[in-house]
Amino acid sequence: MWDWNYTWEILPQLLKVVPITIAATLSAFIFACALGAPLAMAKQSKNKWLSLPVSAIADFIRKTPLIIQLFVLVFVLPTSIGLTLSPFVAGMIGLGIHYSTYLSEVYRSGIEAVPKGQWEASTALNFTKTNTWLRIILPQSIPPTIPVMGNYLITMFKETPTLSAITLVELLMTAKTLGSSSFKYVEALTLVGLIFLVLSYPSALLVRALERRMQAREGSAAIK
Amino acid sequence: MSQNIKNFSAEPIVRYRNVTKVFDQRVVLKRLDLDIMPGEKIALIGPSGSGKTTIARLLMTLEQPTSGTIEVNGELLWHMQHKGKLITANEKHLHRMRSSIGMVFQHFNLFPHMTILRNVMEALVHVRKIPKPQAQQRALELLQQVGLQDHIKKYPAQLSGGQKQRVAIARALVMEPKILLFDEVTSALDPELVGEVLDVIKGIAEKKDTAMLLITHEMDFAREIADRILFTDGGVIVEQGTPEQIFENPQSPRLQAFLTRFLKERQYGLASETAAAGAE
Repeated sequence: MWDWNYTWEILPQLLKVVPITIAATLSAFIFACALGAPLAMAKQSKNKWLSLPVSAIADFIRKTPLIIQLFVLVFVLPTSIGLTLSPFVAGMIGLGIHYSTYLSEVYRSGIEAVPKGQWEASTALNFTKTNTWLRIILPQSIPPTIPVMGNYLITMFKETPTLSAITLVELLMTAKTLGSSSFKYVEALTLVGLIFLVLSYPSALLVRALERRMQAREGSAAIK
Repeated sequence: MSQNIKNFSAEPIVRYRNVTKVFDQRVVLKRLDLDIMPGEKIALIGPSGSGKTTIARLLMTLEQPTSGTIEVNGELLWHMQHKGKLITANEKHLHRMRSSIGMVFQHFNLFPHMTILRNVMEALVHVRKIPKPQAQQRALELLQQVGLQDHIKKYPAQLSGGQKQRVAIARALVMEPKILLFDEVTSALDPELVGEVLDVIKGIAEKKDTAMLLITHEMDFAREIADRILFTDGGVIVEQGTPEQIFENPQSPRLQAFLTRFLKERQYGLASETAAAGAE
């Protein structure tokens, strides 16, 4: 049943693609964070011509499967506008855009948690809109969202096997290749699962610790 | 120790003309006409919901009037010329106009992620574009004036309500507005902290030639520092005059009723305080 020799044999091959998986996750996450902020601001805009279309597009992206969006990037773009993306770049953009719509909601909740008085004080001190966002609103709305963002990072990491569908050679893809050449799927797939667990679990603990530290900081600031 | 209305010879610095404000079909301000002279100290008194706060918020550009005009320094605040027509002011126009107006809020609205010093400096640096060392110098002077020079490195959450409000006053003053609005600045404070804030405002009123519009429930305070007192009720100015006229010889029944109620409340307040002291 379980072949230990085979397990040790394939482990290095699987570990070799771990950096790619992590790189895809991190680059997609950074992309999602960067895109999520203007998205949240556009959705909040008083200008209906901006907020309504942006909200509709974001809703559409969030409510359709990631894998379809990836297929659009890889199979439709080359034929329609002649743009061919490498699997890594397509994966980063696809995963990034998909999760930016989630992250924009996280930002939005952070922005809405800033009291109205902060906006009014900014107006009274005559800050420009840009300065109000950069110096007053965002510095207050981002820190409380960090734990939630961390959870999305882990979720995105676990989503990377989807990228195997667009031929990115990540963990699942490697396991499938190994399995199909030896007909021993159990070992390869189990190892993939374990690798994900080993990487996600400490990250989840880290996020939880971060969350606790943030709460403690807020508490101590209030008491002092 | 009240004064007569000063002989202000200059043009008014603020001029409300026929200003109406409607919120959700509720008229909160009805055809208001009001001139504020440079350096004049005006106290606005009246029951809650009488439109006092709206008068200040319209001038600070936090709310837009439904109709009517407001002039600041002889220039329209909420309107501008565009191709020979008068249109609603854009952000650029409002930004320019706001530089002569400042406001202190009931709930302080300090920036919680900044130290006290940065709270006071931030707008000097990023709005007035004053170099940091000079901005810091001026912020420190103002913080000294409100007696908070020993707290500059603290965050707002580490201060008492009275201290927070004094920081907010310093933050507004450092921008050197020509007119400063105080919106019930002691209403959110514990009673024992009211005095320190009122003392700071009195100091400013005596020293500075900034015009001040004070919305307040502190009648003795209004009487002491105001050149003119306005009594609003139901969205209109019902009566106005010098502190003597208002407090000693109120004409309208509504003002008389308001002052009687206020006196009763104060008597009751004093009585309960004495009772509490006796119980200790």
